[in-house]
Amino acid sequence: MTTAAHLHTDSGSDAPYALSHLDALESEAVHIFREVAGEFEKPVILFSGGKDSIVMLHLALKAFAPAPVPFTLLHVDTGHNFPEVLEYRDRTVARHGLRLHVASVQEYIDAGKLRERPDGTRNPLQTVPLTEAIQSLKFDAVFGGGRRDEEKARAKERVFSLRDEFSQWDPRRQRPELWQLYNGRHAPGEHVRVFPLSNWTELDVWQYIAREGIELPEIYFAHEREVFLRNGMWLTAGEWGGPKESETPETRLIRYRTVGDMSCTGAVDSDATSLDAVIAEIAVSRLTERGATRADDKMSEAAMEDRKREGYF
Amino acid sequence: MTSTTEQFADVSATTLLRFATAGSVDDGKSTLVGRLLHDSKSVLTDQMEAVEAVSAQRGQDTPDLALLTDGLRAEREQGITIDVAYRYFATARRRFILADTPGHVQYTRNMVTGASTADLAVVLVDARNGVIEQTRRHAAVAALLRVPHVVLAVNKMDLVGYQESVFAAIAEEFTAYASDLGVPEITAIPISALAGDNVVDASANMDWYGGPTVLEHLETVPVSHDLTACPARFPVQYVIRPQSAEHPDYRGYAGQIASGVLRVGEAVTVLPSGRTSVIEGIDALGEPVDIAWAPQSVTLRLKDDIDISRGDLIAPSANAPATTQDVEATVCHVADQPLAVGARVLIKHTTRTVKAIVKEIPSRLTLDDLSQHPNPGQLVANDIGRVVVRTAEPLALDAYADSRRTGSFLLIDPADGTTLAAGMAGESFASKAGPPTSAVQADEEGWDF
Repeated sequence: MTTAAHLHTDSGSDAPYALSHLDALESEAVHIFREVAGEFEKPVILFSGGKDSIVMLHLALKAFAPAPVPFTLLHVDTGHNFPEVLEYRDRTVARHGLRLHVASVQEYIDAGKLRERPDGTRNPLQTVPLTEAIQSLKFDAVFGGGRRDEEKARAKERVFSLRDEFSQWDPRRQRPELWQLYNGRHAPGEHVRVFPLSNWTELDVWQYIAREGIELPEIYFAHEREVFLRNGMWLTAGEWGGPKESETPETRLIRYRTVGDMSCTGAVDSDATSLDAVIAEIAVSRLTERGATRADDKMSEAAMEDRKREGYF
Repeated sequence: MTSTTEQFADVSATTLLRFATAGSVDDGKSTLVGRLLHDSKSVLTDQMEAVEAVSAQRGQDTPDLALLTDGLRAEREQGITIDVAYRYFATARRRFILADTPGHVQYTRNMVTGASTADLAVVLVDARNGVIEQTRRHAAVAALLRVPHVVLAVNKMDLVGYQESVFAAIAEEFTAYASDLGVPEITAIPISALAGDNVVDASANMDWYGGPTVLEHLETVPVSHDLTACPARFPVQYVIRPQSAEHPDYRGYAGQIASGVLRVGEAVTVLPSGRTSVIEGIDALGEPVDIAWAPQSVTLRLKDDIDISRGDLIAPSANAPATTQDVEATVCHVADQPLAVGARVLIKHTTRTVKAIVKEIPSRLTLDDLSQHPNPGQLVANDIGRVVVRTAEPLALDAYADSRRTGSFLLIDPADGTTLAAGMAGESFASKAGPPTSAVQADEEGWDF
């Protein structure tokens, strides 16, 4: 029997009852999960097998233990996901006895409901399958792993973010969010996006993964891979559309800082094969997570704002 | 030379400070925030490159640090900040969450929002203008929301020749005003956000100032542990009942400790029912513990099988709050539609939401001079006033002065779910008749808000 979980003394004060920043963030996220469980009929967690959604699921498991998580999972599969990540996703779902819904961009393209973009990027195509899955499966709360430190438009996002029946986000219509009182009331057909990791930074997420000993897909750690250069990013070679004839593949020692679509997620040169090495690397990195690795946020200064308005995560 | 593991142990043991900034449109607040991020090495290369590119495009010869924080297109077009934005940065000593709130009068509710969770507020003034109406409003909001620490940042000292006398006069006037309103701790710092004086690095231009820079103060101010000094309060969020073969009889009450400290063996009362029991166990997210404190999220198990559900409050029997159906409070109105006497609303207090009627609006406060206007009939966006609310069911409410977490509530429009007002139960300076003795008369008319 210990006296407190993960108790770190607060070096900055003599207070007997201090919480480390990770404990404070964890308590806040668990509080958010429990609020949603108490106030919504049919919540779902967006789960891609990326590190943020893995941490979200871990927090949800802790929030309701020893009972199972009272939510299902939803993955919007672009068809260009890393196989290692899909394998991890399925293994995790099976291990915890969870239920996974998959909305497939490929199916939408095959059915002629979506058109492939000339640049081959599929991330922007996720919005329609996502919003239609939310409508047809009648989810009223959708947990996303978005963090406010990721990007300027996200910095204005609420923890509980109201979306109309078209899933649209209107930054001027968001409710003020006061104290720890989250207002999740919504009309039928509307839903609320919920971001339990709102106040976490990339470094917090990694420190938490290390502290909790959470397993991750292998591609987060340094490995040799055949990549090629496009738009200043190292992309993985594969059937999704690369390399073109003008692009030369080469084998490099790399890892991924974020895991999205193969077509728009760049790898970084790295020899970090352990969590400690990854944390040390991030702590001294001079590039933001998205700046280093995401082509889709580089489109325009207002790219994320526009996509959020349309119903993107 | 420390190993990575030791470094990791260091960073994982830092504390978290939440703070808010408030300043008028032209006080240079975005520049201060940009400077804080930039000089604390929290701005990364790609973000800085974007700022440099846009600044160059606009023909500015130095990077405009304000661009680091203006997030939305509408704001960039109008050069204003229209909403609370959250920023994150860290030093070796502490992790920071900054609620960056607009100072423009139209968006006062945003400062209320940012201040509601802040341990500290930075109020910015222009050294050339000194304490103006807007400054007094910011001080009043910080006092109303009971932000434990307030920093007065006197900016643009470079434009007044770095004169100590200018700073001292402003600091004295502000401190007197804010102290009267009940702000417990005020620190005044002379800065130039544009030139970088006293934001992160000590200024060579103001050797007469011997105090900390803004960042040094942020790193060393005690993070408020007032929460644990209050009586314990545990609003039940959710009842955990696995009913599995492994846990056939487990019944746990999940929630976040709102204030105080809870121990195994403690006698507790459940409100509003008044039933009593004893804490049999505390699960701190999967680990049994003897003791837990605010703001930890835990699960409590009680000795007796009593009927408890979401919305109930568990408190020590020795120090339980009273329950009431008549709530008197100060509110800040945050919605576009007005709140009128007779309005049927929902009141959300901790994890409990009940129906309520606005019985009276005894007064509205003008923040400029703290004068009160009796019986305004309704409150509109950004008004601060007193309300008397009758609730359909009893609430275990503390005074906001005693607990920011169990003394606060929302009023919600039952028709469309809009958050109408942010409420603070009990007395405040908005409920006392007349302005405090040293309140300065408004120097401009027509700024009711």
